[in-house]
Amino acid sequence: MYPSEQKNHPRRVPHSCTLNPAEYEKLGSYALIGLPASYETRFIEPNEMKTKYSIVIGGDNFGCGSSREHAPVSLGAAGVAAVVAESYARIFFRNSVATGEIYPLESEVRICEECKTGDVVTIELAESRLINHTTGKEYKLKPIGDAGPVIEAGGIFAYARKTGMIPSQSG
Amino acid sequence: MASSSSFIANKKDLGLSALSSTSSPFSIPKCRKSISKKIVSVMAPQQSERKPATTGSVKIAMTMTEKILARASEKPQLSPGENVWVNVDTLMTHDVCGPGSIGIFKREFGDNAKVWDREKIVIIPDHYIFTTDERANRNVDILRDFCLEQNIKYFYDIKDLSNFKVNPDYKGVCHIALAQEGHCRPGEVLLGTDSHTCTAGAFGQFATGIGNTDAGFVLGTGKLLLKVPPTLRFVMDGEMPDYLLAKDLILQIIGEISVSGATYKSMEFVGTTVESLNMEERMTLCNMVVEAGGKNGVVPADSTTFKYLEDKTSVPYEPVYSDEQARFLSEYRFDISKLEPLVAKPHSPDNRALARECKDVKIDRVYIGSCTGGKTEDFMAAAKVFLASGKKVKVPTFLVPATQKVWMDVYSLPVPGSGGKTCSQIFEEAGCDTPANPSCGACLGGPKDTYARMNEPMVCVSTTNRNFPGRMGHKEGQIYLASPYTAAASALTGYVTDPREFL
Repeated sequence: MYPSEQKNHPRRVPHSCTLNPAEYEKLGSYALIGLPASYETRFIEPNEMKTKYSIVIGGDNFGCGSSREHAPVSLGAAGVAAVVAESYARIFFRNSVATGEIYPLESEVRICEECKTGDVVTIELAESRLINHTTGKEYKLKPIGDAGPVIEAGGIFAYARKTGMIPSQSG
Repeated sequence: MASSSSFIANKKDLGLSALSSTSSPFSIPKCRKSISKKIVSVMAPQQSERKPATTGSVKIAMTMTEKILARASEKPQLSPGENVWVNVDTLMTHDVCGPGSIGIFKREFGDNAKVWDREKIVIIPDHYIFTTDERANRNVDILRDFCLEQNIKYFYDIKDLSNFKVNPDYKGVCHIALAQEGHCRPGEVLLGTDSHTCTAGAFGQFATGIGNTDAGFVLGTGKLLLKVPPTLRFVMDGEMPDYLLAKDLILQIIGEISVSGATYKSMEFVGTTVESLNMEERMTLCNMVVEAGGKNGVVPADSTTFKYLEDKTSVPYEPVYSDEQARFLSEYRFDISKLEPLVAKPHSPDNRALARECKDVKIDRVYIGSCTGGKTEDFMAAAKVFLASGKKVKVPTFLVPATQKVWMDVYSLPVPGSGGKTCSQIFEEAGCDTPANPSCGACLGGPKDTYARMNEPMVCVSTTNRNFPGRMGHKEGQIYLASPYTAAASALTGYVTDPREFL
């Protein structure tokens, strides 16, 4: 689990805008690359593509900046399963849902200050709960709301196929 | 061309068959004619007493944004919070997100799939153009291949990077090109793979930025699932002082409500001041709606809008306007005469300060460009300040016209009060850099060889839209966002400067 109090500015993902889908893994290696040097424990070790941390705890307005999908996609490519933040920037949230890359969850209170990198954390989706096993504290999460059906289906395409909006994919 | 089917009742379903309840408590059955239906309650706090309409069936008053989405989703009525499938009138993409969107389109719909409508897609290379970066160049090639394959009608291509003028199709910055080429029309839905797509709201349409996956979806279907946003209303009255520009107005607002103050909301701009703004100034206003977290911005269409569109589009359009009794989440009022030139200090667009209070901030350069501050009117404004001063700039001053048209205007339009001089002449006399190739330029950094990119830590006053760390290239760069007046004034002194020093 990786707490980041800063608003994640997606624009800090450099030049990855020119990577094509085949370079998805490489994109992952850029996740959270813009964090200042004060973050001694880096999100991704140098020369690695994936992160050890599958859950990111964020502050408020997480993802603020641009409309680029690279932000949630790079997190997903790096191995993040979910982000738990106080609040999200609109486009980041929407892109997370549409791509199905990461599960964007909202906490009731600001959690990032009470957690430390490396804490072992579980998210009980059905119960909207986050449990920090290292500190023993539990936090309530906000219900996913309207985005739920889209995320559950696996993103906008899966949802559209499921609801008959577009035909199923043929081989 | 705009769909006007919102009030067509489906006779087949009328009244008799059970209307299935949907999960949303706010949806109102689609087929209502003279049969009165229950009015469902709404969630937003009411601003005023709701009076029944006088025209037959009782309807809930809607805001502009709600009306546009209602029409586009073929529903008679919509309320904030509803998720609806919306018909898209225009989809825009550029060199940075186009390849990704195309990849997703092919992956999901098949390699041989065809786009939903070859005339409703506008593909505009503009971000990383004038560079030797191979990947950036490859992006434009990918766009070209796709446009050829799909016979896309509007592709503003560039092949010869050494001279933008020999590329007859090339335009430049997408949001300005969309407006100049007549793709923005009142009442329509415009989606683009760029967060500043909200700029087009200046034309009284619903315009917002989307990601590649959503864009890939629209490419194949011409529709998207959108959540109807509630609207914040910003009323600006009073005569615009001659030292203020629309940039100051939007910086004032963002400073007031913060970068998350309008998250998932629509921002509607009305009032006598707004009515007095020309189209490019209205575009500046709507452009930075996303910096407040906003979903879209709108300015009601009026004679200024219609006049601008006269020579640009022959596609019929139908403007919509907020009902008098429409409910707004909040209303903010500004007395413009009390406002002063502003800056947004590093490192956030809501870090508002008076320009005059930053007069001790020494700067290293000035950048005038981008969709926010690189339009014809923006250069005219900067020229006005240089003209008034008559002196030379004290720091490197970079000028990047947004589009080919803007570049031509800079070189041909006479600046009022100058005795017939063009902007370019005034800029040259002031010692500015020669106006550069039209594109997004260094607003967002770009590949290392991008003109005016910040490759070392420096302090820059910029007419652009974001000042996050690393935005213009260097992580430790300090960017002060400002109006073209303030930027020009700062260039003349070498410090952040209130333009009233010269105007």
